[in-house]
Amino acid sequence: MTTPLLQLTGVAKRFTLHNQNGIELSVLDNANLSVSAGECVVLDGPSGMGKSTLLKMIYANYRTSAGSIAVALPGRAPLEVTQATPRELVQLRKDTIGYVSQFLRVIPRVSALDVVAEPLMEDAGDDPEALESAREQACALLTRLRIPERLWHLPPATFSGGEQQRINIARNMIKARPLLLLDEPTASLDAANTQTVIDLICEATAGGTAVVGIFHDVHVGNAGATRRVNVAAFRRAA
Amino acid sequence: MTFDISPPPLLQVRGVSKRYGDRVALQDVSFDVWPGEVLAVVGESGSGKSTLLNAIAARSAPDAGSVQFLTRHAGLQEVFAMTEAQQRLLARTDWGFVHQNAADGLRMDVSAGANVGERLMGLGERNYGRLRATAIEWLARVEIEPARIDDAPRTFSGGMRQRLQIARNLVTQPRLIFMDEPTSGLDVSVQARLLDLLRQLTRKMQLAAVIVTHDLAVARLLAHRMIVMQRGQVVEVGLTDQVLDDPQHSYTQLLVSSVLQP
Repeated sequence: MTTPLLQLTGVAKRFTLHNQNGIELSVLDNANLSVSAGECVVLDGPSGMGKSTLLKMIYANYRTSAGSIAVALPGRAPLEVTQATPRELVQLRKDTIGYVSQFLRVIPRVSALDVVAEPLMEDAGDDPEALESAREQACALLTRLRIPERLWHLPPATFSGGEQQRINIARNMIKARPLLLLDEPTASLDAANTQTVIDLICEATAGGTAVVGIFHDVHVGNAGATRRVNVAAFRRAA
Repeated sequence: MTFDISPPPLLQVRGVSKRYGDRVALQDVSFDVWPGEVLAVVGESGSGKSTLLNAIAARSAPDAGSVQFLTRHAGLQEVFAMTEAQQRLLARTDWGFVHQNAADGLRMDVSAGANVGERLMGLGERNYGRLRATAIEWLARVEIEPARIDDAPRTFSGGMRQRLQIARNLVTQPRLIFMDEPTSGLDVSVQARLLDLLRQLTRKMQLAAVIVTHDLAVARLLAHRMIVMQRGQVVEVGLTDQVLDDPQHSYTQLLVSSVLQP
């Protein structure tokens, strides 16, 4: 009855490697997936099956070779990601899709606090109250993820892998967006922080966010999942 | 499909071509730049990036094609149909141009303060106190000690010169800035500082920028969108991470696979 937030229909991904004698690698074929608000769909399958590729196509940093990826937008027609202009995609990422990648791409010289607060600060413009609130929310999230306060004002470049991953999670989850893509967000976290991330994911879905995630750790996947999908089904029949 | 009634592009480039004798320097290059958007033009040296930048910034007229700019008061205007005086006015008000070699964009023997104030004086500002106050403010914004205001850029380090060149350009609050390899020739730590500064300034000022660079990491950090050039032609365009993470054209694939983790 309700239109899904995310609808993949017949999605395929092939890579053509022009400098390797033009060989073509078929990674995904005929992927169909429908995700509604409040769902947490966990992608299963051995590595190399195209789980990350699927997330990257939804986020549009990979192009789609065939099929349709439609993302619902409030009060208007869904956006066809595979056909969207770069400017539409920039807007889509700002307002609609959050994406936690496996690694933080470090911005030189920007403090951890500002890295985390940035998505909210961009929306705040010059409004001092909104800017203050963005910083407060960033502090609260950093506290929750157990980043020691002495690190907040340092750029994350020198942080440990686990700390960088938590900064990455905080930055990409601080702003509630209707769709959240997670690519192994807990891979380098200890048990306590992993639990915090599970809590954050559950809070997001409870608030109506649709989540599509990849979790190397079965326990994490089980804790959050409302549904599991095996990506092996999205392969060309041999 | 679109999100809202988009504003028209700030810059519309259509079919720009240029030859040097038999050699094709630019062939049929077209793209748009929207307000607040940072566009990176990448490619190896000799691919036509700098020729393109000079053509669209009206520094060297192309053989064919059109460049239209959304002026503040008269809508889209063909840049090459403007008089030289109009082009000069545009170049020192609504546009900026940051040269690879700061010495090409600065007056090396006059003070830093005079370098920053020059564009304002060109627009008729004569009040010494106000000019000096603005210069101090801009030096601070680009992280140059205001105490250096009376020193000539000849005494500055490479990174400081580049930041001064940026201040000199941005003082009139332009809406579009052209940059030719702004970070090359700087030490890595100095580069990072300049990149961060550029990132902040383009965001805070809603400044659109066309940045020519051979450094894909610079493009990744600064640009929303990317154009890949080879032998004077655009071979690929798209969202920056899309072009870098999933390059389609063989030349782009070669470019991306040839560098260390952009």
